[in-house]
Amino acid sequence: MTLPDGLVAFVKRDCPTCALVEPVLGELADAGILNAVYTQDDPTFPRGIAALHDDTGLEASWRNGIETVPTILRVEEGREADRIVGWSREQWTAFTSVADLGAGLPEHRPGCGSLSADPDRAAGLEAQYGDGFASRRVEFASAEDPMEAMHDRGWSDGLPLVEPTTERVARMLRGTARDRQDVVAIVPPNLVECTVEKVAVNAVMAGCKPEYLPVVLAAVATACTDAFNMHGLLCTTMSVGPVVLVNGPIRNAIGMNSGVNVLGQGNRANSTIGRALQLVVRNVGGGEPGGIDRSTLGNPGKVGFCFAEDEEGSPWPSFSQSRGFGPRASTVTLFPGESPRIVVDQVSRTPEALAASLGSALIGTNHPRLVMATDAMLVISPEHASRFAAAGWSKERTVSRILEATCQPAEGLWGIAGEGDGAAGDAGPGGVAKFRPDGLHVVHAGGRAGLFSAVIGGWVAGDKGSHTVTKEVSPWA
Amino acid sequence: MGVTVLDPTAELVVSRRERNARLETLEGMTIGLLDISKPRGNVFLDRIQELLERDGVRVLRFVKPTFAKPAPVDLRHEIATQCHAVIEALAD
Repeated sequence: MTLPDGLVAFVKRDCPTCALVEPVLGELADAGILNAVYTQDDPTFPRGIAALHDDTGLEASWRNGIETVPTILRVEEGREADRIVGWSREQWTAFTSVADLGAGLPEHRPGCGSLSADPDRAAGLEAQYGDGFASRRVEFASAEDPMEAMHDRGWSDGLPLVEPTTERVARMLRGTARDRQDVVAIVPPNLVECTVEKVAVNAVMAGCKPEYLPVVLAAVATACTDAFNMHGLLCTTMSVGPVVLVNGPIRNAIGMNSGVNVLGQGNRANSTIGRALQLVVRNVGGGEPGGIDRSTLGNPGKVGFCFAEDEEGSPWPSFSQSRGFGPRASTVTLFPGESPRIVVDQVSRTPEALAASLGSALIGTNHPRLVMATDAMLVISPEHASRFAAAGWSKERTVSRILEATCQPAEGLWGIAGEGDGAAGDAGPGGVAKFRPDGLHVVHAGGRAGLFSAVIGGWVAGDKGSHTVTKEVSPWA
Repeated sequence: MGVTVLDPTAELVVSRRERNARLETLEGMTIGLLDISKPRGNVFLDRIQELLERDGVRVLRFVKPTFAKPAPVDLRHEIATQCHAVIEALAD
């Protein structure tokens, strides 16, 4: 769509300023200065203009980035050279070189919002007139139920999906400033380049809102690092999946839950971000249960497992701060985890007793005799954390004492390679610790009441399996 | 007209390749044994090597750095160029 050279106006009848300047537009058209007028809502407005274009479909307005009406463009050789918006006698006079324009009108009136910038319509216009999506369009037959059609194509994890229409995907993409064809990650197991657009399509299906997209993009990128090793996590027979922990200001900006029922249902961001990641692995990477996903038992968190740390209520620096990020940084951390298992301790009154108690509970992850094989995440509830805080224990001291409490006599312990594989050789004076020195990840979250914490067991830790990886979320990039 | 959606998949087109023909004889062949680094996989492969060598087969041993990641490209290339066939040990 090419605009004629000269001056071109964009207006809508519903705008009082456009109505105000209607005679001025006529005057400019009569003088042969105004070469076209595009009208957004009423094809008969403004009156008396020969070169009046019906733009009720808003294509010209959208393509020319019109945000305000009236807007006048100066077009030279088919391209915009300059523009003015609203009514200002001084500006219009300078722009048109016609003196005494709009006699009797006020000196200045601001314009109104362009219909093409209306938040309710912008995503639809983007879908309709945008550069287009690289993804193939799939049209369901009129008699097909889209929900059933999506399941039949194998796109679902077993739960209902939101239909990824072009309009919804365009709206999702407004959650990021990144180009939709940017490659976010190489997704296993098929090692496919995954674009921002494909992440957005799956995020729509998972039920995400556009403002979650930066977190989903960061989660996908982090999961697909060599260090996190999503491939191994997917294909292992163990019952693990990607656990996404979110830290920093974006938690609250997108309304995540870090309090009551933090590891449960009921919060849209918590419930859909982890699911979006798993749908990307399934649909883009090709990782399906029974295919490359060989998990013997699986766990309910493999539908999607995402939660936020309660930083505001924590006595300690946040999890991401303990990993070297600043307090204003928003991050995602990917941990290769099982289902949470709750530790009930309503008895311990001192920090020493509670550290010993949590340590003894952690010994049971995977198997009490299996040591130095996996990492673990310990989600400490506010009431449990307050036991340590009241005694002035730092997070480092707390973690160190819990780790000490996981030590067992070397005899009879297993390493990842089985009995007698040398794990016992790492015994310190107190015995063999359950985890590597940096293998216990402590996070503060949960409801205010309840002397419970949660253990999330891991799988093969380190270079042979997965590292826990934290990356910064770029909010709108 | 029905609902139109965007394809959430990688839209891969599957290409089919013929498998290499099975070896008709082991005589004069070089067989690769790939240990994927699962515990005790080497025990299994040691025995296979013993049996193959008894039949006069030349055996080359390879090890993946970890069972949890795909074999590195270089390793796959090495096996493909040096061996007529490969046996991979998956078991714990």
